[in-house]
Amino acid sequence: MSVLDRLDRLDRRWIFLAMFVAVAAPILYIGVTGRTLPEKVTSTSRAVYEAIEATPEGSRVLFAFDFDPASAGELQPMATDLMRHCAARKLRIVCIALWPLGNNLAEETIANVIGADFPHMRDGVDFVNLGFQSGQQQVMTVLTTNFRKGFPVDERGRDTADLPILQGVKTVADFPLLVDVGAGYPGAKEWVQYVVTGLKGSMRMVAGTTGVSTPQLFPYYPDQLAGILAGIKGAAEYEMLVNEGLGGAPAAKYMEAQRRMGPQLSGHLLLVGLIVLGNVIHFRRSRGGQA
Amino acid sequence: MIARRVVPMAIAIVAGLVMAVSYFVRSIEWMGEAAADVFNVIAAIAFVLGAGSLLKANLSAISRRDRGWGYAAVTLAAFLITLVVGMAKIGVNPSPDAPQAAWSGSQQTAGTPFGWIYEFILSPLTATMFALLAFYVASAAFRAFRAKNTAAVLLLVTAFVVLLGRTYAGVVLTDWMPAWASGLRLENLSSYVMAVFGTAGNRAIMIGIALGVAATGLRILLGLDRSWLGGGGSA
Repeated sequence: MSVLDRLDRLDRRWIFLAMFVAVAAPILYIGVTGRTLPEKVTSTSRAVYEAIEATPEGSRVLFAFDFDPASAGELQPMATDLMRHCAARKLRIVCIALWPLGNNLAEETIANVIGADFPHMRDGVDFVNLGFQSGQQQVMTVLTTNFRKGFPVDERGRDTADLPILQGVKTVADFPLLVDVGAGYPGAKEWVQYVVTGLKGSMRMVAGTTGVSTPQLFPYYPDQLAGILAGIKGAAEYEMLVNEGLGGAPAAKYMEAQRRMGPQLSGHLLLVGLIVLGNVIHFRRSRGGQA
Repeated sequence: MIARRVVPMAIAIVAGLVMAVSYFVRSIEWMGEAAADVFNVIAAIAFVLGAGSLLKANLSAISRRDRGWGYAAVTLAAFLITLVVGMAKIGVNPSPDAPQAAWSGSQQTAGTPFGWIYEFILSPLTATMFALLAFYVASAAFRAFRAKNTAAVLLLVTAFVVLLGRTYAGVVLTDWMPAWASGLRLENLSSYVMAVFGTAGNRAIMIGIALGVAATGLRILLGLDRSWLGGGGSA
């Protein structure tokens, strides 16, 4: 049996092993050395950073957690960085979730960012988690006419009418900025279609999405969407901007997106190598009349 | 006939018209909100129906000893344990705002049994399922991604540009290019492919879908499309 035949009949478990090594090796290397790869910032990621920078201090930000642990590997680093940036800019953060498990991720993010690094921020005054609400885009529609009806109580069971952070909020239009970290339906696309487009520019929106769902959002940029974080690369670019902007040595949790670009690089290189190898085998066999 | 076809059609037509008109007419916005409330109530009932259906399907599989009935047993056990732990708020401390009320705390608080199920079972399981994609994509890329014709070659080249351009490899490989040719650097080429070709394709698909949705919606509102009632048939 020739080498080509052997490669063509390669047990797929060898490919699984190669992918495991390709992903594990940089994780270990970056974990030990702390070294990350530099990123060139794209315009969509810079636009997210600038949209948050341009929001006046003390403004309310609606922060939607529309993802679950399945995509947290890609989206959690950007959620962490976005919340840190908003908190550092002294914006008042109102978290909501239209995915059932998004609420847990919101709680985790609040604990990791605000609880750990912004302890002066008061629950109900400077930030709040309104929890999960079922109904997908129906909830969005309700928020455009009556915010309290969409979220009558917060995660802790407090009446939202009594929360200082929501005083004066009648509809979602009273938030100058919407930040959505979403993995699919309902997510950024629905926020654009049911909320942002109808408000005709009175509310700006930025979104962080998984790499596979990003192409669906490009048609909305830069009109309805002020900026997009495209997958883990977008998160790494934005993270670099936030770290540079805030200065100082960032904690490991604020380097997560950049750390994950290492495994992404080696995984992509392996994929390219496998595709090339597969095609070499295909052409050699075709020339030999075995295809 | 009336209960099975006319009543559901009437409900759909009225609800659809109310939602559509209330979007444009401010004075009847409340009707849209009322329709949304009704939707939420029905959605809540659908959860109960879904749970009943899950119980029925899995209990049937277990009682008939179908192939893989053990998985049905695991599904049922996971469903019932999570349901009881969550609804009974087992191990949940009262909320600090209402310490006198035993069930006032949130079951999603970290450290509670429900939070434990989320943190140590659900979260790792769903993340693992998603991560497995990388392994299967690698295997599929090796076996199936072949340049057999012009379209496949174009797809292959685009894949290389995006795969390399979305990592630091793109910078390393093409950073030597002069400024006047910077558009050909892999990271810029990758952004261009996504922002121009990808957007053009997506816009075409989105416009097509929107026209299809509008046409189907209109047909349902006018009672011309009755296929959604089951049993087929449109006027």
